[in-house]
Amino acid sequence: MIIVGELINASRKAVGDAIKREDQDFIRKLAIDQAEAGATYIDVNAGIFVGKEGHYMEWLIENIKAVTKLPCSVDSPDPKVIEQGLKLNGDDVMINSISLEKDRLDAILPLVAGTPYKIVALCMDDEKMPETTDQRLKIADQLINKLVQNNVKLENIFVDPLVQPISTDKSYGMGFIDSVSEIMKTYQGIHTICGLSNISYGLPERKFLNRNFAVMAIAKGLDGLLIDPLDKKMMSSICAAETLAGRDDFNVKYLKAYRKKMLEV
Amino acid sequence: MSVQKIYDAILELEDEEVEAAVQEAIDAGVDTSVILNEGLIGAMDEVGRLFSAGTLFVPEMLMAANVMKLGLDMIKPLLKGDNSGRGIVIIGTVAGDRHDIGKNLVSMMMEGAGFEVIDLGIDVPAEKFIEAAKEKNADLICLSALLTTTMAAMGEAVAAIKSSGLPVKTMVGGAPVGQDFANDIGADGYAPDAGEAVLLGRNLMAS
Repeated sequence: MIIVGELINASRKAVGDAIKREDQDFIRKLAIDQAEAGATYIDVNAGIFVGKEGHYMEWLIENIKAVTKLPCSVDSPDPKVIEQGLKLNGDDVMINSISLEKDRLDAILPLVAGTPYKIVALCMDDEKMPETTDQRLKIADQLINKLVQNNVKLENIFVDPLVQPISTDKSYGMGFIDSVSEIMKTYQGIHTICGLSNISYGLPERKFLNRNFAVMAIAKGLDGLLIDPLDKKMMSSICAAETLAGRDDFNVKYLKAYRKKMLEV
Repeated sequence: MSVQKIYDAILELEDEEVEAAVQEAIDAGVDTSVILNEGLIGAMDEVGRLFSAGTLFVPEMLMAANVMKLGLDMIKPLLKGDNSGRGIVIIGTVAGDRHDIGKNLVSMMMEGAGFEVIDLGIDVPAEKFIEAAKEKNADLICLSALLTTTMAAMGEAVAAIKSSGLPVKTMVGGAPVGQDFANDIGADGYAPDAGEAVLLGRNLMAS
């Protein structure tokens, strides 16, 4: 499972405040904690700082790089900020994200064309947000073709089929999961990724729902998640789901997690 | 009392019961404006309050609105044009923002509160808000933004509405938006959720 640790995001109040006072220790600790908890990438988002986003993106990446070898996921809607972030990374970096929205596509595609960067491909275009599996697959297909035509390898693409709240339409859960299943079958070697919190919008005990939804999606092939890796119950459920889905030879990862007392059941 | 039955049926999310209760009230000669205001809208006010308090959740609010609409459709032919006084609301997500779930909830609760709601949908440019407000003689424009990147467009839209000189109030909302931001851009009000939006809408129109 590819875990993108989501905690270094300026829209989280404690992180936004830490960035404002340029609190290096706070950011570095968040990076170390996520690395130790099993993150594969550290997401970096300074989106709330209009005009200073690029500056803070650089500052955050420098501090993360100072304490961990984990690659970063450069998370911004602004191509200039992404470019700034990419400069501080080597080849092992993720861009979050490209979409089929024309402005975003035109701006981000040149940054990723012909590179070995990983890229999150969000299933959105300039129309209404996709609701059905068919709508998601149509966008995914166009987006994947654009990327592959521009010399991005399939194994570097992480399609995000877009999770929508189950509280507003009961078909949204399986609409997403069926999309994951189709994408993983159709484009062998590609990845799928998502954030989870949207699924539980408007309902109580959100973490509980998020966790169960992750398990369902993993069963159908989801292999990337943008989550809080410090959430032990979530990480334990992911570990169990991967083992149960047959993605853990001889159950090695599960048993290792058990012996390291990392399973919170 | 028949109207109490209507009120209870909505809060219990019982669609068949609300239809039976409305029919009973009509047959008993209860004034349609009483059915509407004390039964249907009264119940939706309570739904909004319970939602704001965190007691009711989004799917329950959606169900209540559907149930309420069944009752409303039954009395609509009987209303003698006496439902126009509550105000006209224009609503939409600002330019560049296509996230409409929050906006749809507010739109629905505004309708449930008896406002005439004109929903302009998603990615609405400032001129379109102004045009619609002028055409419909609207009392209130509600603007929604979910992204930090579209907050600027919200500020621009509110400024454009103000400088149009139309006698219309503005209300803003959405995940990254707060009271401070609303003050900064000169909006007349900010509502944190759909229940509060209804209360604020009434206050703004009364002022």
